[in-house]
Amino acid sequence: MSATKSHLVEQLKTGLDAPICLTWELTYACNLECVHCLSSSGRRDPRELTTDEAKAVLDELHDLQVFYINIGGGEPMIRRDFFELLEYSISRGIGVKFSTNGAFIDADKARRLAAMDYLDIQISLDGTDAVTNDAVRGEGSYDTAIRAMNHLRDAGFGEFKISVVVTRHNVDQLDEFKALADSFGAQLRVTRLRPSGRGADSWHDLHPTNAQQRQIYEWLLAHGDNVLTGDSFFHLNALGEEPLPGLNMCGAGRVVCLIDPIGDVYACPFVIHDEFKAGSVRDAGGFAHVWKHSELFAELREPQSAGACASCGSYDACQGGCMAAKFFVGIPLDGPDPECVGGHGEAAMLAASAIDRPRPMMDHSKPVRVATPERVPVTIGRR
Amino acid sequence: MRRLLTPTPVSLLDHHLELDQQVALRPEPFGALAYHYGNRKLIFLKHPDVVRVVQALADHDTLADTLRACDIDPARWPSFERALASLTESEMLHERHEVAPR
Repeated sequence: MSATKSHLVEQLKTGLDAPICLTWELTYACNLECVHCLSSSGRRDPRELTTDEAKAVLDELHDLQVFYINIGGGEPMIRRDFFELLEYSISRGIGVKFSTNGAFIDADKARRLAAMDYLDIQISLDGTDAVTNDAVRGEGSYDTAIRAMNHLRDAGFGEFKISVVVTRHNVDQLDEFKALADSFGAQLRVTRLRPSGRGADSWHDLHPTNAQQRQIYEWLLAHGDNVLTGDSFFHLNALGEEPLPGLNMCGAGRVVCLIDPIGDVYACPFVIHDEFKAGSVRDAGGFAHVWKHSELFAELREPQSAGACASCGSYDACQGGCMAAKFFVGIPLDGPDPECVGGHGEAAMLAASAIDRPRPMMDHSKPVRVATPERVPVTIGRR
Repeated sequence: MRRLLTPTPVSLLDHHLELDQQVALRPEPFGALAYHYGNRKLIFLKHPDVVRVVQALADHDTLADTLRACDIDPARWPSFERALASLTESEMLHERHEVAPR
């Protein structure tokens, strides 16, 4: 890392006047139930922000000069005021990138989206074939995503994005994902799987193996700036001399944060848990007050202890990895990343297995219907 | 797609530059963030002086004139030239066609 870049990173760690990268999950409602959903989405939360409240937040973001927001969910297009909020945001000079599974993008909607400026669309896809994708995202979701991409292409939307969460089962498809994106004139985005939301339960089966981590690192180095990563793979930098493109730092509460569907503000999209809740846009002072004055964010902007990793020569490269990944597998925040490429994660997870792992909060998973022996259908909540 | 900077003829110092209309600057403790609404690029201006120079470009004929007007020590001009070359590469700045009135 160049001297200028590391100097900049040091300054970014102390926080910005407003976030650069703000994620706003508009709703917990979703037509799908992906096994790794970071927000455990499914059912709408009755406390969801109203249209007027959402517009007031956009007014605030305008005043803070937030250039663009990442909208997600749940499936954001489920909200009846989705287009209204989209148009309002763009009219206030806040560009929008939204993530969708594509189920609500038909030919008409695709044309409407294609006519808008300052809009990016990210279609989620976790396999280049239906079997691989649907195992994670649910039956029919591959066809749904491809259909949406066809509509966007036919409508002349231009360069949309295909967003992939890298798992043990699709890591060998990275070249195919790239070819698929190229065939649509789309841009590929690959991000790291975290044990957040329902991922807390599926992560152990889905996360890439150690050998696959090197495969990802080398693939990303070979593809450089042409593939987006949300800077999410910085823990892999300990694998070699050459850092991956990007800032390679944890931006939680410093340059990044999350607003959830009911207006709660968290340090990042992967830590929906009270420990990382900074406040609510509904509190007096709104979002700006939370960003500028929350105790949690002030703490995150302090120099962080390298803790157990202090004596490791790779700490400068990997920064101890991802806070969210550690938290939900029970590793202390100053411990190693569970996917530490130096192999320190396994021991730390083993040590943590004696204690209760924190459970993700705000579970909006759809209830599971179970038939009892008497064949009376009852409904139980999913943990 | 990363594009190579077209070879700078002689020096950027003689160029008539201005901030693209689609670029917004947000002041930050380290300098400013520049965001290009057209190509979605986000660039860090890592020194308040660079921000001052960029904001003053439109009021002066050439980059050299701007640096002089902003009281930038000539010893620092090469580093400003490099910073502005990179902003030109990312289309944050572009060549002005009409020259500002003197």
